[in-house]
Amino acid sequence: MSAPALIGTSGDSLREAFGKALAQLADEFPKLVVLDADIAGGTGAHHFRKSHPDRFIQFGIAEQNMMAAAGGLAATGLIPVVTTFAVFCLRAIEQARLSIAYSGRNAKIVASHPGIDVGPDGGSAQSLEDMAAFRAIPGMTVISPADPIETALATRAILVFDGPVYMRTGRSPTRRVFGDDHTFEIGKGRIVREGNDATIVACGVEVARALEAATLLAEENISARVVNMATIKPIDSELLARCAKETGCIVTAEDHNIFGGLGGAVAEALAKTRPCPMEFVGLKDVFGASGEPEELAEAFGISAPHIAEAVKRVLARKGKRK
Amino acid sequence: MSEKQAKLEDALPLAPVPDLEAELSAAARAARRHVIAAIYRAGSGHPGGALSCADILTCLYGAELNLWPDQASDPMRDRFVLSKGHAAPALYAVGAQYGFCGKRDALSLRKLDSKFQGHPHVRDLPWVETSTGSLGQGFSVALGLAMGLKIQNVPARVYTLLGDGELQEGEVWEAAMCAAHHKLDNLCAIVDYNKLQSDDKNDMIMRLEPLAAKFRAFDWAVAEIDGHAIAEILSGLRRAAATHGRPSILIAHTVKGKGVPYMENKPAWHGSVKLTREQAEEALSALGTARKEIQELLAQEQTT
Repeated sequence: MSAPALIGTSGDSLREAFGKALAQLADEFPKLVVLDADIAGGTGAHHFRKSHPDRFIQFGIAEQNMMAAAGGLAATGLIPVVTTFAVFCLRAIEQARLSIAYSGRNAKIVASHPGIDVGPDGGSAQSLEDMAAFRAIPGMTVISPADPIETALATRAILVFDGPVYMRTGRSPTRRVFGDDHTFEIGKGRIVREGNDATIVACGVEVARALEAATLLAEENISARVVNMATIKPIDSELLARCAKETGCIVTAEDHNIFGGLGGAVAEALAKTRPCPMEFVGLKDVFGASGEPEELAEAFGISAPHIAEAVKRVLARKGKRK
Repeated sequence: MSEKQAKLEDALPLAPVPDLEAELSAAARAARRHVIAAIYRAGSGHPGGALSCADILTCLYGAELNLWPDQASDPMRDRFVLSKGHAAPALYAVGAQYGFCGKRDALSLRKLDSKFQGHPHVRDLPWVETSTGSLGQGFSVALGLAMGLKIQNVPARVYTLLGDGELQEGEVWEAAMCAAHHKLDNLCAIVDYNKLQSDDKNDMIMRLEPLAAKFRAFDWAVAEIDGHAIAEILSGLRRAAATHGRPSILIAHTVKGKGVPYMENKPAWHGSVKLTREQAEEALSALGTARKEIQELLAQEQTT
């Protein structure tokens, strides 16, 4: 699958990459309609509003109605993409549950502003629970792409996919992780850096930090593998089992509460296939705060050095097991 | 124009045809009997709010909706959403009267392996259009259906039935504002205004009045009707269909438990209840059911 021509440049945010991809994909998907709750400037949907105003539906600041209405729009054969902030998806999660997932609707929920990557807006706006909550809805696919190129590819993939999807984008300018030849497939994790001592499994903005952590560890002669697990559900159990077998220990990294998100999904998978020592990098069951994203990553323990420290901890445990 | 509509148009503007009214009255009475039998056999279910909306549902399926069982997936069909999903027994009973499901099948209400769950589920029964049971959501889904049809230039109409207690959900007012803003004149909501909710009278739980004024202020076309008078329901629905530029709402004044005297206007019969054999027989007798039919309806071995 090739990337749509118009993608985020280096340093573009995931939300902007999503919005640009949406506008680019509109002609390929004539049934696509985009739903907004007065926040299109923030979610990236403003690109679609400008390019396809007739297929852009304004709901005002009323996310519950928007979410359930997406179920009705989907029932008429359209492909509705609900756009809002991740915290407001939590506000309307019961509508996503009943009127989208339980009703079996082909609707997509794309959430910007997840995690402490939100930055200065502070703790109230920083969703740390969304992946756990949406992952618990039967039949809901959950995706968190890592960079602008992958976000554009994932945007097309969720429109091709038949079924309900929750996808995270991101607020802050994001480092390019992948080249123009990157591909994306729902449900497939990818090894983005080889290594033998430990595996770091990351998603979203933590993939770039995991790669940075692997570089830091290499300076100490620790060979860390990095896996981009862009699909949290269904999780790529095969790849996880292989990494557990080949490296013997796992560290997960996510901009989310340590409970129930990527770390939980990885632990659940490995408990059934190949249990191994694990460490979890994420928000330690606390809410975020105001600050710049990199400051917050440092303050709340999800920066590259924190991931590197977690790898050393898990290596120590792996050593004891031998 | 549908056959049903043509039949009605012929009779307008004076009054709907009397034999249609008689036919619908009989169908509504049969649906009420079915509701009692299904809830008795299930051992649980909400009789009060199912009986209060039986006439409205019968008018929709028997006359107003451009919808037939053999065309239940036709993209051009009218849609109906039971937003007050706990009245599912009434929807199943009326659906059975008009061939959307088997009468005996629909008596398997609330049983394991039955498609007739306690609240309607679209993946079990495609003709119910969407799954409901969490109040407020069906209204928004109906709004989404109305939008989707307009966007695709489909001239079909969308109807949804809300409970009065349901109007206490904030989502209802989000949807009310949104439908008017988008001028969804293909959307018609009906309120089953029986004045009672789960624990008590609306007035004691959370006052709804002035209800018509609220919807007028939200820029809806509002009409108040007697929700048990077939002619009034039909003419209300016709007026709604003729409204342009605004969504319509019929505030249908109804009696909770209508048709079963010991249930009428008693909040105790709102919630999910277990009917005894004696209670079921008394209810069916009150609904004019013949002795033999009562025995058949209440016989448990028929369930499969």
